[in-house]
Amino acid sequence: MNNVDILTYLNDFLATKGIYALVLILFFLGMFGMITCKNYMKKLMSMNIMQVAVIFFFLCFAQKEGGMIPVLMDGVDGAEFYINPLPHALMLTAIVVSLGTTGVALALLMRMKDRYGTVEEPELLRRLNEDD
Amino acid sequence: MIKHLPALIPILPLCSAMLCLIFGRINKHLGKYIVMAAIATSFVSSVILLGEVVEGGEIHYWMGNWQPPLGIEFVVDAVNAILLVAFSAVSLLACIYGQSFFKKEDWFEISGYYALYGLLTAGLLGMTITGDMFNLYVFLEIASLSGYGLIALGGDRSTIAAFRYLLLGTIAASFYLLAVAYLYAITGTLNMADMAVRLSGQLHSPNVILAIAMLIIAFGTKMALFPLHGWQPDAYTYSHPAAAPLISGVMSKVPALAVFRYMYCIIGVESLYVQRGLMVVGFIGALGIIYGSVMAIAQKDFRRMLAYSSVAQIGYVAVGFSIGNAHGVVAAVLHIITHAFMKSSLFMVTGGIRYRYGQVRIDKFGGLNKHMPFTAFTLTVAALSMVGIPPTGGFFSKWYLVLGAFESGKVFFAVVLIVSSLLNAIYFFKVLENVFARPDAKLEEVNETGRFELPLSMMIPIIIAGVTIIALGLCNTILVDRILISSISEVFFI
Repeated sequence: MNNVDILTYLNDFLATKGIYALVLILFFLGMFGMITCKNYMKKLMSMNIMQVAVIFFFLCFAQKEGGMIPVLMDGVDGAEFYINPLPHALMLTAIVVSLGTTGVALALLMRMKDRYGTVEEPELLRRLNEDD
Repeated sequence: MIKHLPALIPILPLCSAMLCLIFGRINKHLGKYIVMAAIATSFVSSVILLGEVVEGGEIHYWMGNWQPPLGIEFVVDAVNAILLVAFSAVSLLACIYGQSFFKKEDWFEISGYYALYGLLTAGLLGMTITGDMFNLYVFLEIASLSGYGLIALGGDRSTIAAFRYLLLGTIAASFYLLAVAYLYAITGTLNMADMAVRLSGQLHSPNVILAIAMLIIAFGTKMALFPLHGWQPDAYTYSHPAAAPLISGVMSKVPALAVFRYMYCIIGVESLYVQRGLMVVGFIGALGIIYGSVMAIAQKDFRRMLAYSSVAQIGYVAVGFSIGNAHGVVAAVLHIITHAFMKSSLFMVTGGIRYRYGQVRIDKFGGLNKHMPFTAFTLTVAALSMVGIPPTGGFFSKWYLVLGAFESGKVFFAVVLIVSSLLNAIYFFKVLENVFARPDAKLEEVNETGRFELPLSMMIPIIIAGVTIIALGLCNTILVDRILISSISEVFFI
């Protein structure tokens, strides 16, 4: 395979699937953070990154070439001229849900901080064991 | 009015949750009664709907009369209808039961608790009734978010348990959204029935494989299937004692129904991947049955023992669906119902003992039958039902499960079931031995209980739950032969 072939291949890949690869990386980056971080606040931030990746994923596959914003214009009839608005509408709901989840999580973190004085997992576990 | 009953079932608890805080301001008990009335109305509506469905077949309700596939559709089939009745009944019982835990609190705490409780009920009933994939996600999140709140209210270590559940629950919800995305991308619809039609030509698409895997992960986490159950023991143990019956009884069953609805009704068992998926679910379910039972034996805290036993019991449901013939699926649905009552009544009993004596350790239960005869009655019935002794409800679901396993030639599952029944017997008879045979433990009453062993508002739900478990066993033939066997093939296409 010569250089030109590789470049065309890369070009094709980035043009068609590149964005999905990035979204996938973002998703698993978030999940990796949730697993490895010891600080509950960081876990929460990683959780948000993961949720954003899912939202991006929906928005990406709603796009199509030559489509414009889904507002009906005079003289432009036919579904092929507009992008699909449904995933955007769904993701509005998902954003609200993720806002709610973050709110609940922050409230829980505040309670934890009040009660145990820390949100670091090893420290927290140590204090829990002291309680017993 | 009858026409709009399906919409009322989730909407009434939802609205009551909003009204609860407003009316709680006027009188601190008013909000509570509004939520209770709303759940009672949902229960009555589900009973009426069950009658209608048995008479006249499936009911489809279009939200705002927007026709599917564009609008949101509520579908009530025979299986749905029975589960709606069971879930709303458990919710109503736990709602009445919880009142005594809020004697000293001010209006905000009482109304706040009941608002969350109404939201949880709305979410769970909505997940059961909906026929739209994204709507399912919304109800899932309503149920989860209010569930996190209710778990966090428990005091003690509950905030940590709730936070861990929140992280895992959000991963599950994200995976569910991804599964929806993959299926939506190849079909362009979100309506479940429409999806089933459009997917039938594309069963070999890689999207379907990914979607199946993600659905199993998502709902497996939510229903605490064996390797994904990490959040569950803590969450059940430390959740608020008033909400624990609902959380333990229903919150893990609804996702189980949802995932198998996807497997059977939407993607369809004729797909090779679904068969593989079901096989995997069956085997990890079987592993979970053994693991949960063994872990339950090792526990000293009664609530924690029940939580591990739930890991085992959800395995029965998974195995039942995995067996996949009529008897297996009937057993799974039956087990969802009986286990909802068994586990919630056991948690009511624990809460009752904790309310009176402040004890949750099994070795402190000595001589309990003398102080709390009715509670001990329900404890005994529920424990026998968990072990699977006739005539309680638990026997029949296990019976159909073993029957289904032998019919389909999967003897392995039958062996696992029998072994796990023995393990169940070990840990539940340990509890019963403590209650009936041990010398009286030194117990101090931490709350006054009035004329009876417990406040009347706690005692009545506990007794009703105990009687229901026996009734489920005795009226089993009506439930199974009249409704489930005849409708299961229509609903699940087997």
